[in-house]
Amino acid sequence: MRYAMAVDTRKCVGCSDCVVACQTENDVPHGFCREWVVETMNGTYPQLEIEIRSERCNHCINAPCVRCCPTGASHFADGGIVLVDHNKCIGCGACMASCPYDARYPHPEGYVDKCTFCIHRIKNGLAPACAAVCPTKCIYFGDLDDPNSNVSVVLKKRKFKTLIPEAGTKPQLYFLI
Amino acid sequence: MTNRRQFIKISFAGAGALTLGAGTIKAMDWISKPENGGNIKVDLKRTPTYCEVCFWKCAGWVYKTSEGKIWKIIGNDEDQHSNGRFCPRGTGGVGMYYDEARLKTPLIRVEERGRQVFREASWDEALGYVADKMKSISAKYGPESMAAFTHGSGSAYYTTLMKAFGSTNIAEPSYAQCRGPRDEAFLATFGEEVFSPERTDIRDTRCLVLIGAHIGENMHNSQIQEMSDAIDKGVTIITVDPRFSTAAGKSKFWLPIKPSTDIALLLAWIHEIIYNDYYDKKYVDKYCNGLDKLKEHVKDFTPEWAYSITTIKPDQIRKTAKAMADASPAVIIHPGRHVTWYGDDTQRLRAIAILNALLGSWGRRGGFYSPASYSLHAAKIPPYTEPKKSWSDAFPGKYPIASSPVSNALIDASIPEKKPAYPIKGWIVNATNLMSSIPDQANTKKAIANLDLIVCIDTMPMEITGWADVVLPECTYLERYDMLRASPHRKPAIALRMPAAAPLNNTRSGYNIARGLAVKLGLDAYFPFEKQEDLLDWQLKQCGTSLEEMQRIGVKTFEREADDLYFNEDEKVTFSTESGKIELYSKDFEAAGFDPLPRYVAHPEPPDGFYRLIYGRAPMHTFGRTSNNPNLTDLMHENSVWINPKVAKLWGIVNDQYIWLKNQDGITSEFKIKVRVTERISWDSIYMVHGFGHSQKQMERCFGKGASDTRLITKVLTDPIMGGTGMRSNFVTFVTEKSDKEVAS
Amino acid sequence: MEEEILVSGRMNHLIDPQLNIWHWQIPLYLFLGGMAAGILCIAALYYIRGRENDYKTAVRITPFLAPFLLVIGLLTLFIDLRHKLFFWQLYTHIRLQSPMSWGAWTLMVITPVSFIWAALHIRDIFPKWDWKYKWIYEIENFFNRYKKVLAWIMLIYGIILGIYTGILLSAFNARPLWNTSILGPLFLSSGLSAGAAATLILSKDKAERKQFARIDLVLIGIELFFIIHMFMGFLASTQVQIDAANLFLGGQYTVSFWIFVVILGMLIPALLEFMELGKFHIPSAVPASLVIFGSLMLRFIIVYAGQFSRWLY
Repeated sequence: MRYAMAVDTRKCVGCSDCVVACQTENDVPHGFCREWVVETMNGTYPQLEIEIRSERCNHCINAPCVRCCPTGASHFADGGIVLVDHNKCIGCGACMASCPYDARYPHPEGYVDKCTFCIHRIKNGLAPACAAVCPTKCIYFGDLDDPNSNVSVVLKKRKFKTLIPEAGTKPQLYFLI
Repeated sequence: MTNRRQFIKISFAGAGALTLGAGTIKAMDWISKPENGGNIKVDLKRTPTYCEVCFWKCAGWVYKTSEGKIWKIIGNDEDQHSNGRFCPRGTGGVGMYYDEARLKTPLIRVEERGRQVFREASWDEALGYVADKMKSISAKYGPESMAAFTHGSGSAYYTTLMKAFGSTNIAEPSYAQCRGPRDEAFLATFGEEVFSPERTDIRDTRCLVLIGAHIGENMHNSQIQEMSDAIDKGVTIITVDPRFSTAAGKSKFWLPIKPSTDIALLLAWIHEIIYNDYYDKKYVDKYCNGLDKLKEHVKDFTPEWAYSITTIKPDQIRKTAKAMADASPAVIIHPGRHVTWYGDDTQRLRAIAILNALLGSWGRRGGFYSPASYSLHAAKIPPYTEPKKSWSDAFPGKYPIASSPVSNALIDASIPEKKPAYPIKGWIVNATNLMSSIPDQANTKKAIANLDLIVCIDTMPMEITGWADVVLPECTYLERYDMLRASPHRKPAIALRMPAAAPLNNTRSGYNIARGLAVKLGLDAYFPFEKQEDLLDWQLKQCGTSLEEMQRIGVKTFEREADDLYFNEDEKVTFSTESGKIELYSKDFEAAGFDPLPRYVAHPEPPDGFYRLIYGRAPMHTFGRTSNNPNLTDLMHENSVWINPKVAKLWGIVNDQYIWLKNQDGITSEFKIKVRVTERISWDSIYMVHGFGHSQKQMERCFGKGASDTRLITKVLTDPIMGGTGMRSNFVTFVTEKSDKEVAS
Repeated sequence: MEEEILVSGRMNHLIDPQLNIWHWQIPLYLFLGGMAAGILCIAALYYIRGRENDYKTAVRITPFLAPFLLVIGLLTLFIDLRHKLFFWQLYTHIRLQSPMSWGAWTLMVITPVSFIWAALHIRDIFPKWDWKYKWIYEIENFFNRYKKVLAWIMLIYGIILGIYTGILLSAFNARPLWNTSILGPLFLSSGLSAGAAATLILSKDKAERKQFARIDLVLIGIELFFIIHMFMGFLASTQVQIDAANLFLGGQYTVSFWIFVVILGMLIPALLEFMELGKFHIPSAVPASLVIFGSLMLRFIIVYAGQFSRWLY
C-alpha cells in the first residue's frame, strides 16, 4: 500500500480552500499552515502562462526527516504516510532542517507538526480534508498499488511532475501538468 | 506492523478509555496513537445551516465537539449550490463565530456622528430609540422618508418591516452597485433575470466566454465546480480581460482587451456571427424579434473596426467568434455579476444578451437553463398600506428602467442640495457596509449628515457602524435561524438554517431584531410568530415535511413540475416580454429614450502618469466582510497593487515595496499598499482586490492592512437607464513618500 | 519575467520566510563540543604516544576545561529543545542513520570519560586533593590501571564528537549551504585548533607553547584549504549551491564571514604565530584567543547562513 496524492494544476484556481479546510479539520493553530498554494507565472504581457499548485508534505519514500530523527518520532505509518509521534518528539528541529520542501512547522505545544494525509480520516474511508473540500476536485488521493484507485488512473492518463526530484527524496505528491 | 511496545500502548489506552468512560477521550489524549497521526474527535454533533459569508448560500453541516464547541463546517452532499464542497470562505466561517472583534451589545452614540463614541444600551432602550425616531420621521415627513439598505438573509425581515411601516424604499446595493445592469438587460431581452446563483449551465457547456467575469477569483462555488468539470470535458474557454486572470490562465483564448472597450468587441462578434451565418437560424427565427434591425445596426462593426478600439487583432476576433459558433447552442457568454463599470453597462449587458440569443444558448443545454424554485407559503399578515411615494418619486424620470430601488438614488435623496422631490430622513442599514459598497464616500457622508436617524445592524464593527446613531449587534449565521432558502436552481430545493450555538454575548438574530422593532412600532401583526422556529415549522409542514426532519437532513430537493429544464425542440416558448419573443431590438429602451441597440461609446482614458484603477475579488475573501476573520487572514491579510514591470521601472518602484495611491481628484489611500510587480497587468492599469484598507481600529487583524479601492473611487459614471454606479473610470498615480504630517492626516 | 509567489500566505513561525529554528544555542554547543573534542583528542593522542611529560599542560591541565564545556553544551542543547519533557526519548532509541542520535550517544560516553580523565589528574591542580571515600580511590586505581584504554576511548569518541557536528549539518541536504562533506573535517580541524589554542593559553612551558603554535599553524592551513575547496565545490555545483555560496561572496554574510572567521580567526593568528616562531615576542594568548573566537564565529555563521539557504521559495 503506497498512498499518494495528485493535484491537477489545470484545474486548481488557487482558492486555498484546502489550506483552511485542513486548518479546521486538524486544529492547526492560527499563523501556521500544513498546506499552501503556490503560483508560478512566466512570460511577458500578453504572452503569459501560469501554474497554480496546492502543496503540502510530500510523504517521501526516501524521507530525510525520518532518516535524521534521533528518537524515531518521525516514522513511516501505513501506506508510507510520514507521521510524527508527539510523545517521542523532543523538538530538536532536525526534521524541519532536513525537509527540502519546508513542509514542517514547530507546533506551539512543542512537537513538530505537518500534514498527515488525514490518516484519521483515511482509516474511516474518507478522503483527506483537502481532497474532500476542493471545489474544483483537483486533488486526487489514493493507493498507488491499486491500479483502479483514482490517483493511479489519473497518473496513467496525464503528464505529471514532482517538485525538486533532484533532492532525491522520492516525493509522493504529484502535479498533473 | 504493530510491534509489542505499540500493542501495549494501544491496549493500555484502549483499556483506559473503556474503564474511565467515553468522556475521558480528552484525558487519555496524551497517549496519542501514532498510526492515527494525533487526536481523533469522537461524539461529534452536527446541525444543518446555509452559509451567509456570501450570497451563494451553500447548504452544509456545522460540526461540534462533544462539548458543543463549533469545530468545522462542511458541505451538504444533497445541496445543488455546493455539491458537498464549501468554498474557502464557507469553510472559514468558523472564524466569523470566533472573531473577538464582533459587536457584543447594542450601542447608542453619545457624540456627533462619526466620532464613534457610544454607550452600551439594553435592547429595550435601543429598539425604543429607533422606533421613536422612525415614528417622528413618519409624523414629520411621511413613512416614505424611511429607507433601508440591506443585503443577505435579513433583507426579508426589514422588507416586511418597512412595508408594514409604509415605505417601499428598500434598496439592495447588490442591485445598483453590482448586478443591476445585467438584470435589466436580460429582463429587457429575455423577459427574465439571470438570478442568484446564475442560471448558467457551465457543466455541459462547450464554450465559455468570460467577458468581465473572473471565475476562479470570484468564488461562485458551483460555477467554479462546473467550470472544473467542463475543463475535464475539454471546454474552450475564452477570457476577455485586460488582466491575466486565473480564468485567463485556463483559457484557450485570452483577449487582453483595452479597458472600457468591451462593447466594441461584443458588437464585432455580433457582426461576425450574423454576417457569417453562424447564428442559430432555427432558434432565432422561432424566438427572436428584431434581427433585421440588428443586422443593419452592426453592418460596419467589423473586426477591423473593433481592432482599432480594443487592440484585439481581427483574426482573434474571428477565431473566437467561430469557436463560439462551433459550440452553439452549448455556449455561454457569461453575464458576469459585478457589471457596474462605465455607466453604459446596461447596454453592454444587452449586447451580451443579444449574443447569447443569436447563438441560441438561452434555454438550451450548455447555455442557460430554466431554473425552478420552490414556492413557500408565507405567514398570514395584514395587507400592506400602499405608500404614496416610491423611491423613483424622489427624482422623477430618473432611471426609468430600474425595476428595483436604486440605493444611490435614495442616498442622494438624503442630500437637500440634490433637490429630491421628497427627502429621505432615516436609514436602516442591515448587513451592508455602505462606506465600502457605495462609491464616492464623501457623498455618502454628506447624506448621513442630513439624516434624523441611522441605525446599523451588523455582526462586526464595520466602518458604517461608526456613523450610526444606534448599532444593533446581530449574531452570526451560526447562531440563528433564518428563513428557508428557496433559491432557484435546476431542481427546486429548500434548505434550513438552524443555530449551531446560542448567540454570543448580547447579540440577537435578525428576525428577533426586526420583530422587536415591529413590536415597538405596533406592527407585530406583521410578525405573527414570536419564535422563528415556529414559523419555519409551520412553513415546512405546508411543504409536507417538518422542522424536525429538516434538522436531520438539512436540504430537501423536489422534482420539477414539468420537464422544462431546457426548451424542448418542438415546444413554442413564450417569453415574458411585451411581444412574447426575445427582443433583440428593445422597444422598451426606445420608448424610454435610450438606444434600442447597444452602441460603442468611448470612455475617458487615464491622463499621463495615471493608471486605471481596476479592482476585483480574491477567492479567500468576500469583499470587506471577511477581512478580520482569523481563518481567512491566515490566507490573505492584505491586498496588493499589481503594477506592470515597465511601469514599475519608470517609477523606480520595486516588488514588495509599500506605496500610497492617489486618484485624479487628489484623494489618497489612507494606508500603504504592497506592490506586486507582475506581467499579469497591462501598462495602462493597476489592479487590486476590493475589501481591504479597513479604518476601524476595533478590527485588529485588518485595521490598516492594504488599501481601500472604494476610497479612491470618487468619480462615478451613473447609468441613466437604471442608476447603476459605474466605478471603473478612476485613475491613480503613485505616491512613494509622504511627510509625517501627511501620513497622520 | 518569472514570478513564484505564495498565494495562501504561508508564514510558519521559524520556517518562513527562511528557516530560523536554531538560534544561539546550537552554534554555541557546536563550538563547545568541538573545542572539548579538540582538547580531549590532543590529550589522548599525546598520552598514547607517551609524550605525557613533554606536554604536561596539554595532557593533564587543559582537559579540566572539557567537562565544563561539555556540560554547558549539553545544557544549551537541552534549552534548545522545544518539547523538553520528552528529551529522555533520545536515550531510549538508537538511530544509526541519524547523526543527532550519534551525537546524543557520543556525548553520553565522552562526558563521563572527560570527567574521569579530569578526576585522574586532579592533583595537578589541587595537590592535596583527598577523595575521602575508599571506594572512590578504588575506582581511581582502576582507571589508572586502564588509562591507556581510557585514552583510546577518549581519542575515538573525541574524533567522533569533533566530526559529527559537521556531518550532522552536512546530512541536511535541504540546506544547500550545509550539504557538503567538507563540513565534517572542517569542524573537526576547527575544534582541534580551538583545543590547541586552549593549551597555548594555559601552558607555562615555552617548548610546549612553541609546539602548539606550530600545531595551530598547520591546523589553520588545513582549515583554509578546506574552506577554499568548499567554495570551489559550491560554485561548481547546482544553482541552489551556487546561491548558497553567494551568501558569502557578496551576500549578507560576506563581511562577517571573511572578517570574523577568516581574517580575525585564521589569517591574523597565523601571522602572529608565524612571527612568534620567527623570534618576535607576542603574548601567545593573543593569537590563541583569536583562534577560539574564530572557531566560535565559524559555527555561528555557518548555522545562521545555512538556515538562510533553501531549495524552494
